[in-house]
Amino acid sequence: MSEKINSRVIGGVGEPVPKKDAPALLTGKPVYVADIAPRECLCVKLMHSPHAHAMIEEIDVSRAQRLPGVACVLTYKDVPGTRFTQAGQTYPEFSPYDRLILDRHLRCVGDPVAIVAAETEKQALAAIKLIKVSYKVLPAILDPRESIDNEVLIHPEESWRALVPSCGADNRRNLIAAGEDAQGDIEAELAACDVVIDREYTTRANQQCMMETFRAFTRIDTYGRLEIVSSTQVPFHVRRILATALEMPKSRVRVIKPRIGGGFGAKQTAVCEQYPAIVTVKTGRPAMIVYTREESMTLSSPRHAMRMHVRLGAMRDGTIRAIDLHTLSNSGAYGEHGPTTVGLSGHKSIPLYTHNMKAFRFAWHTVYTNTMSAGAYRGYGATQGLFAVESAVNELAHALGMDPAVLREKNIVREGETMPAYYGETAASCAIDRCIARAKEMIGWAEKYPARTLDNGHIRAVGMALAMQGSGISGVDTGAVMIRLGDDGIYNMSIGATDMGTGCDTILAQMAAQSLECPVDNITVHGVDTDTSPYDCGSYASSTTYVTGMAVVKTCEELRKKIIRVGAKLLGCREGEVLFEGDCVKKADGSASVTLAQIANAHMMAGVEDISACVSSGSPVSPPPFMCGCAEVDLDPLTGEVKLVDYVGVVDCGTVINPNLARRQTEGGLLQGIGMTLTERPEMDHLGRTVSNSFLQYKIPARVDAPNIRVEFEPSYEPTGPFGAKSIGECVINTPAPAIADAVYNASGVRVRDLPITAEKILLGRKE
Amino acid sequence: MNIEFVLNGRRVSAAADADDSLYKVLRGLGMYSVKCGCETTNCGLCTVHMDGRAVLSCSVPAARCAGHEITTLEGMQEEARRLGACLAGEGAEQCGYCAPGLMMNVFALAKENPHATDAEIDAFLAGNLCRCSGYVSQRKAIKTYLGMVCGEVRA
Repeated sequence: MSEKINSRVIGGVGEPVPKKDAPALLTGKPVYVADIAPRECLCVKLMHSPHAHAMIEEIDVSRAQRLPGVACVLTYKDVPGTRFTQAGQTYPEFSPYDRLILDRHLRCVGDPVAIVAAETEKQALAAIKLIKVSYKVLPAILDPRESIDNEVLIHPEESWRALVPSCGADNRRNLIAAGEDAQGDIEAELAACDVVIDREYTTRANQQCMMETFRAFTRIDTYGRLEIVSSTQVPFHVRRILATALEMPKSRVRVIKPRIGGGFGAKQTAVCEQYPAIVTVKTGRPAMIVYTREESMTLSSPRHAMRMHVRLGAMRDGTIRAIDLHTLSNSGAYGEHGPTTVGLSGHKSIPLYTHNMKAFRFAWHTVYTNTMSAGAYRGYGATQGLFAVESAVNELAHALGMDPAVLREKNIVREGETMPAYYGETAASCAIDRCIARAKEMIGWAEKYPARTLDNGHIRAVGMALAMQGSGISGVDTGAVMIRLGDDGIYNMSIGATDMGTGCDTILAQMAAQSLECPVDNITVHGVDTDTSPYDCGSYASSTTYVTGMAVVKTCEELRKKIIRVGAKLLGCREGEVLFEGDCVKKADGSASVTLAQIANAHMMAGVEDISACVSSGSPVSPPPFMCGCAEVDLDPLTGEVKLVDYVGVVDCGTVINPNLARRQTEGGLLQGIGMTLTERPEMDHLGRTVSNSFLQYKIPARVDAPNIRVEFEPSYEPTGPFGAKSIGECVINTPAPAIADAVYNASGVRVRDLPITAEKILLGRKE
Repeated sequence: MNIEFVLNGRRVSAAADADDSLYKVLRGLGMYSVKCGCETTNCGLCTVHMDGRAVLSCSVPAARCAGHEITTLEGMQEEARRLGACLAGEGAEQCGYCAPGLMMNVFALAKENPHATDAEIDAFLAGNLCRCSGYVSQRKAIKTYLGMVCGEVRA
């Protein structure tokens, strides 16, 4: 595989190529779900539970059904009885099978009570008002600390099923997962340490807030099969989930993903597809559901709120010898991603401090409560765990009177070290030391740490944090790529990975162009249609660049062999005597050549030989990207108001495939992390109702809130990755919370351990 | 009722209820560039021009546009390609869902204040939310575009 400068390659690896879909997106072409839905789609609306925990005693839909325009009204009496999980994970899923499409037992405010489909939205909404329900209200568990072994059971049903019982799920205890991973004698090591930081940190159920809310339309296709066009990150998982939920053979289900208006993990859960699907199954008619923003805020798949207890032990010289972390994760009413997100809170935070580590323990519990079900959100538990561990490391630095950057430099994992807390994997590529050094330079750490007072009385202070993530799920995630040679030497690449705005269609094409030594414009990309795309588990777990990217490399290797074979045949010589040169195959001695166009056109004549390749790829390891983030805040000591004035992020994502897109991923991820830290405040009232149900209450950063964000890369070379690449999508959201929290501490003396950081908390903290 | 207005330079007639928004009517007329990201006038995705000024079509009653000129991105394709090239050059569009509304507001900015400073750009476009980009690259692209517009005005 040639990575040296090759004039035949245009827009290959390392080039800031514009996204392939940019012209369509930036002229407003109809490319998203609701733009391409048939006009005759029924409008599907949900009636939501007003109670956090209740049983439907009676439900009368007769008046609603009689309303003009209403095509169907469905209740728990009308749905199949097989439980399933909405989590988009590889089968057998860790998430328990605990859902029905509609259930008599309502487990959170917003839980669907009925599905209404009508010709128009107005008719559907009017019909919902005519449904009469009497509820038996049950005592609700809203605090995850009260969930385990509570006499109130959230999933008492016999049909509840855990496919992977080893994760510790037990519905008789409200438990979705419980476990422990440890090495060494943690208690003895902590006892031997000079300093132990013992603290608790909490994070909330943040919303992804992708601009396109959840939506899907469904119809019966030419062959009588159920076709689902969905804004999803996981088309193949949706096929399986819907087939299970609807008790249909998988051969009867087809899922298509058009352009997606953002996902960030939210759409790694089949939040809405089952509702139009069952309407289409029952009525035979096309149906579409479009979640309102309020529904997307109140009945979706937000981040798991976690409560983390950290004990961090170190010697006076700053060597970190032991980390003990316990995480209590709130999965809400259903278990989507509950067993897996919690794992990342420790497995992707503790390993950062491998270098001097003598012992660690990471224990966890994930519980049911009567709150909105959580799901996957960029960072997937690592974000929460890193807030806790990185905050504790900053607290340790203050306890030792040490510069937190120096403390980190002393303890961070080095390239080549084995990380016991990271499944025993080795950090084969790691430039975290260079990330720290560069971030310090960029922010001016030496001059600015810890704080200084400005003439206006405001205090400026800096803070730092590190982060890691994975690149796909080792031994699980799978991506396949198919490339076919077409007329005149073009390549059609089919992928099952889902571009949700990240640009994976483009960067995978760049890798193909690099491998096939051609312009990126010669590579067309198509994805995703479960009928025609090669299998891919989907775009999540930071897998696409690394896992599917490697599939591109392998597919291109196969394809080159086939092109060479046909080329040699046309030249009348043996394969060993020719070379592939992108636009031609030529004899090694230069005496004759045949162009790629001739080869392509020849293979379409008289069935000579098909020139296509499809290779699947997975990885036994999940190489972590690393990063260092530094925040500079401006604190008004009178009001407690904090303004983030500067944020620098330096990332080691291995080889950067497309510097523009990698930079945008980083800037966008950082701002989401900043929002989670400072402005986004998920709130629930005492009855379990989500009151932060619009952009008015749940404030994501606007342009005027965004600080100066500066990003640089310190690439390492990952030997198992495509062209040395690792992932980038998730790692970048993780540093703002702990970095800003420490900057705020340096400015105010107040340590905020529960997100978000608000002026009130700072002022109240200063009073104490 | 029936509402008559000028859509992208063409006279159109659309049936609408009294409580229908302009957004709904525009989608019904096939103006699919116009998106909705909230119901509370916070996100800017539904921005279109009414008599040359940027409005949020989700909060304009359809009846109010009777006799007025409405412009969507479908009616500004050439300008969209120019601004689009600036955004794509930075990779600033990401999922692209907020792009049409943002672009319509940038066109309004170009008309009202083509020499806008960074702070003025951010303030003018504050109502156009984007969850993907982190805004940095969008601002850079928009400055490039405004520079092009200013160059033409001077020339």
